[in-house]
Amino acid sequence: MSIVIQNLCKSFGPHAVLHDFSWTVDRPMVLMGASGCGKTTLLRILLRLETADSGTVTGVETPAAVFQENRLCPYLTAVDNLVLTGHGLPAAQARTELQALGFTEADLRLPAVRLSGGQKRRAALLRALLCRDAQTLLMDEPFTGMDADLVRDAAAATHRLAGERPTILVTHDRTAAELLGWPIREI
Amino acid sequence: MPTQPVWAALCRLTISTMPVKFWQRAAALTAWVAVWQLAAVSLGHGGLFLATPIQTLQALVQLAPTAVFWQRIVFSALRILTGFLLAVLGGLLLGALGARWRWVRIFIEPAMQLIRAMPVASFVILALLWVRSANLSVVVSFTHVLPVVYAGVLGGIADTDPQLLEMARVYRLPLITRLRYIWLPGIFPSFCESCIAAMGMCWKSGVSAEVIGLPDHSVGDALYRAKITLSTPDVFAWTLVIVLLSALLSTVAARLLRAIKACLCGEVQA
Repeated sequence: MSIVIQNLCKSFGPHAVLHDFSWTVDRPMVLMGASGCGKTTLLRILLRLETADSGTVTGVETPAAVFQENRLCPYLTAVDNLVLTGHGLPAAQARTELQALGFTEADLRLPAVRLSGGQKRRAALLRALLCRDAQTLLMDEPFTGMDADLVRDAAAATHRLAGERPTILVTHDRTAAELLGWPIREI
Repeated sequence: MPTQPVWAALCRLTISTMPVKFWQRAAALTAWVAVWQLAAVSLGHGGLFLATPIQTLQALVQLAPTAVFWQRIVFSALRILTGFLLAVLGGLLLGALGARWRWVRIFIEPAMQLIRAMPVASFVILALLWVRSANLSVVVSFTHVLPVVYAGVLGGIADTDPQLLEMARVYRLPLITRLRYIWLPGIFPSFCESCIAAMGMCWKSGVSAEVIGLPDHSVGDALYRAKITLSTPDVFAWTLVIVLLSALLSTVAARLLRAIKACLCGEVQA
């Protein structure tokens, strides 16, 4: 299954953010571009949270997403947040993956509201990667707020868990994009 | 070092967010009781116009051991709380429907405005034409609590995090899960606040209705009898009972609601 985007156009008032954009994504890929060039808008259209002015999108089946914001349920633990959206994800697997990304036992007992910005981001990233019924992954700047070591670990986890599913990872961080080793498309 | 102008020091408009200590509350309460005592003593006439705190306590001590006292409390509490619970259920239902369909909100709004603006006395006189005086406090507390809870539910739904709702949509969360983990925590603060405010209001309106409708064995009836026999300490004692019951039940309601929410939403303590 591939994500097929054809002749997509989107404007906000007089400002055109996407103009005749076409792309076929049949495996994990990175989308890079300057701020305000329409990367987030594209992901929101693919997630059916925005409507395009014209053009078509097909192949976005049961997506999982890393949003620009973390969007974790604030009074649930990181494990509970992952299990909530995991569609059958065992808590033990969620726990193991979170620990692999630096969560301590104490961190795992905290509600999401008490986690640091970087921890919340890692939890949001793993939520998407571990969603069991997701056939498509759409990730908007998933490494924001992480230091170099964490970006390396998070990129490795992303590479391993995304597998060969059609994935669009939006970033403006070239180092992170190169760590993933996925084809890069500039917008 | 720059010095602060005198006017700035005099016009500090910041409110301390430090929690009020128990002794501070106790001191404030004691000061008000002292003011009450002084006012009652200066008015004189043996507490006919204003019973002293001691007279009030003595009246309460005389009332409390009697079966009639407790019978009246149970009679009124059962009816007022029935009205309250029905209004909470009604408010939840109408709030949910109003949030879902705008036309429902538009249709309901004039009725809510009318209930909010209508004096308790007018409503009681009308309600006496429709129901027996024994059930008057159920109807009156229901109608006075309903708009408060309805507004609380609507406000809570409006406050629910739209980003979490989008996340739930993208991740295809079932309706029950959305209700439990997103809607309920979002609605709860406003709903809980409205329930606590409504608990106080339902006692006020319910007892007012009883004072007008005079159902036998009710607190309102006792209050009225104390008034016509010029037993001012009894009037104060019954009023104190109503205030304490209202405060106690508000606290119980708040704790119960918090416990239910924590249990339903699987929350961990922050």
